Amino acid sequence: MQINDSIEGLELVYQRPATLTDTPFHYCPGCGHGVAHKLLMEVVEEMGIQENTIGVAPVGCSVFAYHYMNIDMQEAAHGRASAVATGIKRVLPDKFVFSYQGDGDLAAIGTAETIHTVNRGENILIVFINNGIYGMTGGQMAPTTLIGQITSTSPYGRDEKLIGYPLKITDMIAILPGAFYVTRQSVNTAGNVRKLKKAFQKSFEFQKLNKGTCFIEVVSNCPSGWGMTPVEANKWMEENMFPYYPLGDLKVPRTEKEKGSNNA
Amino acid sequence: MDQTLELIREARLMKGNEALAEAAIRAGVQAYFGYPITPQSEILEYLSREMPKRGGIVLQAESELAAINMIYGASGAGARVMTSSSSPGISLMQEGLSYIASAQLPCLVVNVNRGGPGLGTIQPSQGDYFQATKGGGHGDYHLIVLAPASVQEMADFVFDAITLAEKYRNPALILADGALGQMMEKVELPEEGSLEYPEKSWATVGKPKERERNIITSLFIQPEKMEKINLELQEKYRRLKEEVRYELVSTDDAEILMVAYGLSARICQKTIDLAREKGIKLGLLRPITLYPFPEEAVASFASKVDFYLVVEMNAGQMIEDVKLSVNGSRPVFHYGRMGGMISSPEEVLSKVEEILETQSVSNTSTGR
Amino acid sequence: MIRGTVHFKIEICKGCELCIVACPQESLGLSNKINLQGYRFAELIKDNCTGCINCALVCPDAAITVYREPKSALRKSGKEAVEVK
Repeated sequence: MQINDSIEGLELVYQRPATLTDTPFHYCPGCGHGVAHKLLMEVVEEMGIQENTIGVAPVGCSVFAYHYMNIDMQEAAHGRASAVATGIKRVLPDKFVFSYQGDGDLAAIGTAETIHTVNRGENILIVFINNGIYGMTGGQMAPTTLIGQITSTSPYGRDEKLIGYPLKITDMIAILPGAFYVTRQSVNTAGNVRKLKKAFQKSFEFQKLNKGTCFIEVVSNCPSGWGMTPVEANKWMEENMFPYYPLGDLKVPRTEKEKGSNNA
Repeated sequence: MDQTLELIREARLMKGNEALAEAAIRAGVQAYFGYPITPQSEILEYLSREMPKRGGIVLQAESELAAINMIYGASGAGARVMTSSSSPGISLMQEGLSYIASAQLPCLVVNVNRGGPGLGTIQPSQGDYFQATKGGGHGDYHLIVLAPASVQEMADFVFDAITLAEKYRNPALILADGALGQMMEKVELPEEGSLEYPEKSWATVGKPKERERNIITSLFIQPEKMEKINLELQEKYRRLKEEVRYELVSTDDAEILMVAYGLSARICQKTIDLAREKGIKLGLLRPITLYPFPEEAVASFASKVDFYLVVEMNAGQMIEDVKLSVNGSRPVFHYGRMGGMISSPEEVLSKVEEILETQSVSNTSTGR
Repeated sequence: MIRGTVHFKIEICKGCELCIVACPQESLGLSNKINLQGYRFAELIKDNCTGCINCALVCPDAAITVYREPKSALRKSGKEAVEVK
């Protein structure tokens, strides 16, 4: 069958943002990092803040985030991205600053930096990609690995008696007064992608108003680390990750809430 | 100097730590990130009090790890930044310093050295010489290391260290000790605003349309690229040798050369006086830059002196650099106390006399 | 129905199939050809694309460009416009 893909009479409604470089992502097929990168850069493009945004990449799969995001960026030591972002923001308070970190980076080795950065109410966005595994080093157990989940370092399944429970660090973050906006989103469906994008937008808007730390957890997949196809991985995520890490806002600014109740 | 001008110059009696902190503000340090630890907490305290009044940023971090990574971020964003700590805290900073050295970010780090290993003691020590001069963290890198020996130098070297750090895009370390940090001396503070800010086109300040994005990173995954970066660093360290600084005391007619830095050098100066009263011609070479080490200056005395005595408040660390410089052409001895104990000038003199005795015995026995 | 179409940057597509699952029209499939990376890439297999952009939103490689009939054209042709969020 001959497919008509002519754009005659059509208008452009979606394209790769110009704030991404032309470098193809090195991520495995189906990896949620790509979606998160793309959305973040879409928001930077749409808000016209490319010239005023500085990002901090972590150690983990997204260590090369700066290859893809066409903005000034710094690459931090493992776990220290929020401290690095603090340093940047403190000396450049009028710029938009974000850190982009995985679960091992943010919720294991960088726990102290994460909590204290938020507790200071650093006026930055922290993007937390939670796929419950160490992807870059080859699929080891992460602080957010689910009970019973098999990884290369929990070959018999995560045993909470040995290694403790999957860390709901976002819930911990939400109770800190320095946190202004805390939400948990995902990238598995078009609807969730739209919600995540909205969360990025809000966070940058709040940052412009010096509101404090915005913290966005993105429950994501790791098809390679989980040993599944991307489609299977998303399904597994929905069935296993979402019940433990439910999507939605954990802390909404009061003004937002009031607005919501007025509408209701 | 003109007598009237002399009077106008500001002289104060200050603690070493506070003189250093005040000098940092005068040197235009824009942000300080640190964590309390004895015997250097006065730096953080002084800056916490003064920086906000004078337009600077000061932040007490949750750990030295966080502090050094804030330094990474802020320096990468183009600011003139500093941190300070003491030995155990400096150990915690080694990870960050390795990254900072690799990413070639200028910053000032101050180590008010205390006795170790471990939690050790809060008393002065020079036990961190190896850590300071050999890199300290992982990988092939060096910090620029300056060793003050007075409260005056605690202040002056802030300017020198920042100048060198920015000139070479390299972290610079002031290696002091607990005594220099705590003691009070007269100090003439450097003039505020005399240190210009260099252009930092590499800084991540937001990417204008017309330039490529700036990336601050220490990750060079291709070995070919990583080797190239290493070669660039080594080339920089070679160029750094132009910056070697040292002081000579009573070396013109010296038959024995002491090599000592910081507080030990001050003790040795007194030892020189005691020795010369007894007719022993002692001289002193005081390295001011511990890295780059004044190896040529040290070596140049090999043809003039009978032996070298390295005096340190440690088990023998700088002696290795002295031995490498002398390269076996003269005996090199060591005297040092550890764990926060400070040698007296008399003890050092006793060591000199002891060596002289054994040297003359061995000279006799070899028929020299 | 609104007419849309999608263009793939086939050289960066990794054939993850997430766009295929996301497409409400089942317009997409994997090609029988492979790209230089060695992946079977996604392509349009039916002529019923509405340009809803769902595929592009979930694409982890930002490989999809979407085109759609403009709303003004819809009005002119008397077609019913569907609000796309």
